[in-house]
Amino acid sequence: MKRTVPLIITFLGGVVLIIAYFIPYTQAWGEKAAVFFDVLAAIAFVLGGGNLLKNHLKKVSDRVAGWGYSVICLVAFLVTLTVGLGKIGVNPNTQFSNYAWSGVYDQVGSPFWWLYEYGFKPLTATMFAILAFYVASAAFRAFRAKNFEAILLLGTAFIILLGRTYAGVVLTGFIPDDSAFSGLKLENFTVYIMQVFNTAGNRAIMIGIALGVASTSLKVLLGVDRSYLGSGGD
Amino acid sequence: MYEFLKNLDRRWVFLLMLLSVAVPILLNARFPEKPTGLARAVFNEIEKLNEGDPVLLAFDFDPASEGELGPMATAFVRHCAEKKLKMYFMSLWPVGPRMVEDALDRVVRPDFPDLKYGEDWVQLGYKSGYEAVIKVIVTDLKQLYTTDRFGASIDSIPLMADIQSVQDFSLVINISAGYAGTKEWVQYASTPYPDIILVAGCTGVQAPLLYPYIPEQLPGLLGAIKGAAEYEMLVLDKYGARDENGELDEPGKYFEGIRRMGPQLIAHVLMILLIITGNIIFFIERNREGSS
Amino acid sequence: MNRDTMTWTIIFAIGLALILIRIVTSGGLFGKAYVKAVPREYAQVAAPGEDENWIDVTSEEALDYDLTQIPADERITWTSYNQTHPIDYANAMAADPNQSVYQFSFWRTFGIWLSAFFTLAIFSFLYKDNPFYKIAESVVVGVSAAYWMVVGFWSVIIPNLFGKIYPESVQSWAMPGLTGESAKQDLWYLIPLILGVMLLWRLAPKGAWIARWPLAFIIGTTAGMRLMGFLHGDFISQIRNSITSIYVKTAQIAADGTPLLDAAGLPVMGFDFWESLRSIIIIIGVLSCLVYFFFSFEHKGIVGKAAKLGIWFLMITFGAAFGFTVMGRIALLAIRLEFLFDDWLWLLDPSGKRLADTVGLLMQSFPMLT
Repeated sequence: MKRTVPLIITFLGGVVLIIAYFIPYTQAWGEKAAVFFDVLAAIAFVLGGGNLLKNHLKKVSDRVAGWGYSVICLVAFLVTLTVGLGKIGVNPNTQFSNYAWSGVYDQVGSPFWWLYEYGFKPLTATMFAILAFYVASAAFRAFRAKNFEAILLLGTAFIILLGRTYAGVVLTGFIPDDSAFSGLKLENFTVYIMQVFNTAGNRAIMIGIALGVASTSLKVLLGVDRSYLGSGGD
Repeated sequence: MYEFLKNLDRRWVFLLMLLSVAVPILLNARFPEKPTGLARAVFNEIEKLNEGDPVLLAFDFDPASEGELGPMATAFVRHCAEKKLKMYFMSLWPVGPRMVEDALDRVVRPDFPDLKYGEDWVQLGYKSGYEAVIKVIVTDLKQLYTTDRFGASIDSIPLMADIQSVQDFSLVINISAGYAGTKEWVQYASTPYPDIILVAGCTGVQAPLLYPYIPEQLPGLLGAIKGAAEYEMLVLDKYGARDENGELDEPGKYFEGIRRMGPQLIAHVLMILLIITGNIIFFIERNREGSS
Repeated sequence: MNRDTMTWTIIFAIGLALILIRIVTSGGLFGKAYVKAVPREYAQVAAPGEDENWIDVTSEEALDYDLTQIPADERITWTSYNQTHPIDYANAMAADPNQSVYQFSFWRTFGIWLSAFFTLAIFSFLYKDNPFYKIAESVVVGVSAAYWMVVGFWSVIIPNLFGKIYPESVQSWAMPGLTGESAKQDLWYLIPLILGVMLLWRLAPKGAWIARWPLAFIIGTTAGMRLMGFLHGDFISQIRNSITSIYVKTAQIAADGTPLLDAAGLPVMGFDFWESLRSIIIIIGVLSCLVYFFFSFEHKGIVGKAAKLGIWFLMITFGAAFGFTVMGRIALLAIRLEFLFDDWLWLLDPSGKRLADTVGLLMQSFPMLT
């Protein structure tokens, strides 16, 4: 019961979507399975929030090093959750003015929107922005033209970096647009590399990955790979 | 000098990077833009459409990628609004609807006040489930979207009367920052249903991976901020207002990508210099080790 | 204090001094937010239960009713505050200093300063890990987990789960618009509800196996979808895309740039060397890379040579990926710096949100850079 039922559910869930691909009559079944998946994906957000709450509460109660930060995280989580689920400060939808709860949860001006605009947005954006610095540092320390392969990689990177800005246009501006060598102008050469060499390389990688995904999926559906069920009887 | 560079604290590299981006922004450095084939392909796919054609705009990104994708969003919405296309916005990313609102605040609300909600554009909002959302809406949109983002019944929105599924749109425009995004739109929409025409704008990280889909599964692609700048230029060339000297006279929000190419140039040159300097140190080091 | 520390102290001191100078030179006029107040009022004009019984008192429809007869408890009022640019506030104040439609917003101003603080706090990690960074990190984890949960709840769980199982109830409070054909009851949705409850069982200390059922469903449907998506979109289609003519013919162009036409008015097709070369390189590239991925044969002889060529193609591919990645990262940094310079410090104004200020004018007076 604890292991067989999940195997059957996995098989059925997958097969419904596969046959829906081929038999138009079963298309509606595939849609239903996909919609159920979509709903579960939303419930997974609740699970994620619950896990965060559980882990950080444990850190605080165990007084592990840095538990103060867990308190900050919990406060941020609970405040956002309360104002968001409670639609605090959200005015009704103008179409349904007599329904107090009809406004959209992230209405501009509401506390939930405020937390997004002045908390979530600058923080996540800056987290990604600092990667620019690490890429620069890595370029300085790690990219070494040790052999022919490395030179190919670096050479391509140089051409792309220059060809995708105005620097490329200036550097090879002496080549006339209508000459037989116009393909060597950096901006045109960049396009050629992307559409020919990059396309070939990525296409091969894509074919390889597709085969990998297909075999993994089949293993899961047929119950050959059961690692997702975990070990142990419970 | 060699010793200094060899033991250079990486924080000096960080500082150089900061300056190479900050200074061009402060000086408002701007360079001309020459659109390439793929940006033209995206532009032409939209140009081809007729007034009133329905277009689905799927905004699958969040503030973390707004630097690259925000300018594309602005230009896409502007282009669709100028062409008087019917715009349907949706998102596979939880924060996507906010990105849509930002684009509407930049373009539609101030510059196209005549466009009416529900008649010219509609916000369908976010649904969870990544590619499983695409899987459902390619055959039955109203199965998932029973209301719009603001809670109005989908059947009460005039714009939704002729739309049963994604196949009913004349074009799908996807702006993508990763999973779920353009790859999933190709796999679950434009490949199994070749009538669905898909063009996309995506981040620099994704762009090279999407080239094998061009042009059969993906007729046009804007890659990173450069793609955005090229497309902005095409839209401005065709629709931009001009002053008496024939120069473009448009608010700065429509030049965001073009503007950002300034810091981009300086930072790219810095990257190349850093790699070259790093290699010079490496070869000196190797020679010294060899001779000793 | 060693030399390094001193250098960095000086750099930070310069940064701080610049902000102070900005405060002094601008008379404190930066980093402020303004809003436009939009009052809304609705009145009940028909008996409850009838459609459209509440109307906007400013709408054309309202002219049909005598609104003065409607008592206060049958009216709903609130004020929306829309974001507005400082320039609009300045213009409004210039026209009428006593106006109250455009207002200074304390909370949004505080928000801009908080955003600036968070931005700098994350940047400070580049110097060294520090408490400011850790605070910012904790806040982002908490806020984003809750954000996703709230979005999932209001945009999927309510309309697509509870709204399907019990539409009347959901309609009566949160989603009055949940009506019509698309919103009728569908008890099949009890399945995801039950699976959802089982999924949340993972949080309970006991009965971990219960969560395996929904997990099995998620994994099974994902596998089914991906199997088809990848086989069709990536495997078959990529092979199909690679089967192209290596002798490419394209329409010939005359010297004046127009297509050449034959006697029947059809375009004259001729051999295109560059397009043909392109097809050949793509085919050779794909095949040689695939040979490199194929480990069932030893990479020796002709196979070894093909694999070597495959590696070269892959190196060019990785070089291109690196170039594009750098490009993306820098754009992400640029937008954050623009936020600091534009929205916070008001040093530049590319979008025309304010009146051009002195520093901005000064910066624009370097003609060789613009």
